[in-house]
Amino acid sequence: MCSLVCACGKEVTDPKKEKLKELLVQYQGQKGALIPVLQGAQEIYGYLPKDVMEEISSSLKIPFSKVYGVATFYAQFHLKPRGRNVVRACLGTACHVRGGAKVFEAIKNELGVGDGETTPDLRFTVESVACIGACGLAPVIMVNDDTYGRLTPDKVKEILAKYE
Amino acid sequence: MRKVLICAGTGCISSGSPKVTEKFREELAQRGITDIEVYNTGCHGFCEQGPIVIIEPDKTFYCRVEVDDVPEIIEKHLLGGQIVEKVLFHEPQVEKKVEKYTEISFYAKQKRLVLHNCGHINPERIEDYVVSGGYEALKKALTTMSSQEVVDEVKKSGLRGRGGGGFPTGMKWQFTKDAKGDKKYVVCNADEGDPGAFMDRSVLEGDPHAVLEGMAICGYAVGADEGYIYVRAEYPLAIKRLQIAIKQAEEKGYLGENIFGSGFNFRIKIKAGAGAFVCGEETALLTSIEGNRGMPRPRPPFPAVKGLWGKPTNINNVETFANVPLIIKNGADWYAAMGTEGSKGTKIFALTGKVNNTGLVEVPMGITMRQIIFDIGGGIKGGRKFKAVQIGGPSGGCLPEELLDLPVDYDSLIKAGAMMGSGGLVVMDETTCMVDVAKFFLNFTQKESCGKCVPCREGTKRMLEILQKITEGKGEPGDLETLEKLAYNIKSASLCGLGQTAPNPVLSTLRYFRHEYEAHIYDKKCPAGVCSALLQYKILEDKCVGCGACARVCPVGAISGERKQPHKIDPEKCIKCGSCMEKCKFGAIVKG
Repeated sequence: MCSLVCACGKEVTDPKKEKLKELLVQYQGQKGALIPVLQGAQEIYGYLPKDVMEEISSSLKIPFSKVYGVATFYAQFHLKPRGRNVVRACLGTACHVRGGAKVFEAIKNELGVGDGETTPDLRFTVESVACIGACGLAPVIMVNDDTYGRLTPDKVKEILAKYE
Repeated sequence: MRKVLICAGTGCISSGSPKVTEKFREELAQRGITDIEVYNTGCHGFCEQGPIVIIEPDKTFYCRVEVDDVPEIIEKHLLGGQIVEKVLFHEPQVEKKVEKYTEISFYAKQKRLVLHNCGHINPERIEDYVVSGGYEALKKALTTMSSQEVVDEVKKSGLRGRGGGGFPTGMKWQFTKDAKGDKKYVVCNADEGDPGAFMDRSVLEGDPHAVLEGMAICGYAVGADEGYIYVRAEYPLAIKRLQIAIKQAEEKGYLGENIFGSGFNFRIKIKAGAGAFVCGEETALLTSIEGNRGMPRPRPPFPAVKGLWGKPTNINNVETFANVPLIIKNGADWYAAMGTEGSKGTKIFALTGKVNNTGLVEVPMGITMRQIIFDIGGGIKGGRKFKAVQIGGPSGGCLPEELLDLPVDYDSLIKAGAMMGSGGLVVMDETTCMVDVAKFFLNFTQKESCGKCVPCREGTKRMLEILQKITEGKGEPGDLETLEKLAYNIKSASLCGLGQTAPNPVLSTLRYFRHEYEAHIYDKKCPAGVCSALLQYKILEDKCVGCGACARVCPVGAISGERKQPHKIDPEKCIKCGSCMEKCKFGAIVKG
């Protein structure tokens, strides 16, 4: 299951598959395991490929339709590959009244993608979020786990340049 | 011995506090100074001024501290005993610098009970919490009170649910206690999804043990041995600190088996949410913990009778649990002496928007909105005129100036057409369009509607379409009546709190700011100059000097003109981005 045969005849193991296997063993038979397993799987793969969800479905003995249903319900789960860097523009109330939309526009223009989209070179995924809870610094964006506050549209370029 | 306390809440981290901490440690080590302790605290709730550095026992409050300021603070203050003026807080209303945090009006006029540890202890060290009186309430409850006595104490205190609904907490505990079943659960709702609210996050990041202690006391009172904290996925730091806190509490025996030798066992697990606003609704949250799509179910049966995995479950919000140790430790009478008749104790508000001091504000219930915004918040930014305050997030409403002197408590807000909600307060000035604000909230609730019931799923969609039309200048007579009709139907027919309160922002703006809607529909104008479809940018010929700055920033080349001659904007090309207006130094560009 986890081994692939290389052209030279050697068996190689896929480290991601190994990790997924460990994860499934860890949650075997636990109540309410589906969401933490999906979170863990997304941690490993960066998103939720179909075959991974099928694997989860058969391992946890949960119908695939339900796995798919849960994965599409929550904003955190992604069924398509994501950029290496995720830019989250906050459009919460405080950011909204302090001009968050303009900052978001500047990001989209700079990267040439829309909300929820990924640049073709997989460098950035851009998404809007409702509130990241740093309202005191509005308007705010997050790139991966770094938060940038008190922004104006002209600062966007410089921030994005830091991420490869 | 002096201490340097540096804030490491999400806000201050984003404005650069980790580098400041590093620099302090580096510089002190270089100078061979070992008797000054440097450590990180949780959120003070004054994120606007971050990174915040406090020098104890002097109570000195330095704000917006940069790495380059560190050597000066060490040389001048820590070694020389003098204040470093340039990083002191500048009080906006009185135009002076303030030295001590006890004198800053933002803090001085608050009553910080739940937040008393936030910003003053290291949240990753249980010893700090214990020294400040932590786990005494749990000990008192387990060793000197019966479970019914604990419930009675909470009942007598008058504590009501801080998640926004305001249900009497003691009554809820009694229901769970009286429910039949050998297995019961305690759940903490930390799925703080309201845009504009961050008090739960700050409590979890700044004083996680207070929440654990409150949950354990609740577990003892209702007869549960297992607890869950359901935290938003967007709060990684809160999750990390909770994990540390739970581990430390288990090591010290405050959680686990036979706590304080009383025979009471209690364990807490963390569940990270996966991003759905509706999961803040209690039945949806429980469904989500069980590993399903987080959709609410009809009540009754209430969770107190049939909750997590069908067992009796007591579910409260973060701030509610954080109040519990205070009540048990100081007694219900002490607690009930604060607040108004129907709303006791304090409430934490997240004050944001167009106000000078943004941040977390803990005040006694019954304080007026004016005191919060003007005395603590320092008034409106840029000296503009106050227009409205939005309270309670997507389920709340907008209150106009004439209601500023309303005492803030659960019941008065409901009467005024808003609600306490989680306690987000967003201040708006004359440059905020109320129709746009209503549209913003509806857009949010419409996106976050789980889709289980038709009134919410379809109704919010239709309301949003009408608002969209109005802001684009295509509003027609009759639209407002349709909006109101839809709103009342959605309120009365939706399955859960999300749908039942979703129309509130629209209804309250229609109630207090109807003239703005009418201006959009009949005059095709946006009085606040926000809705871009109704705006036109113009250059005033008599003010334009022809410098060309506006033409250079225009992203679409809509501005033309000879040098030193008045320029013109081509309305066909103009995308109304407003860059030209920001650039013009002469005030020659107007919109309207």
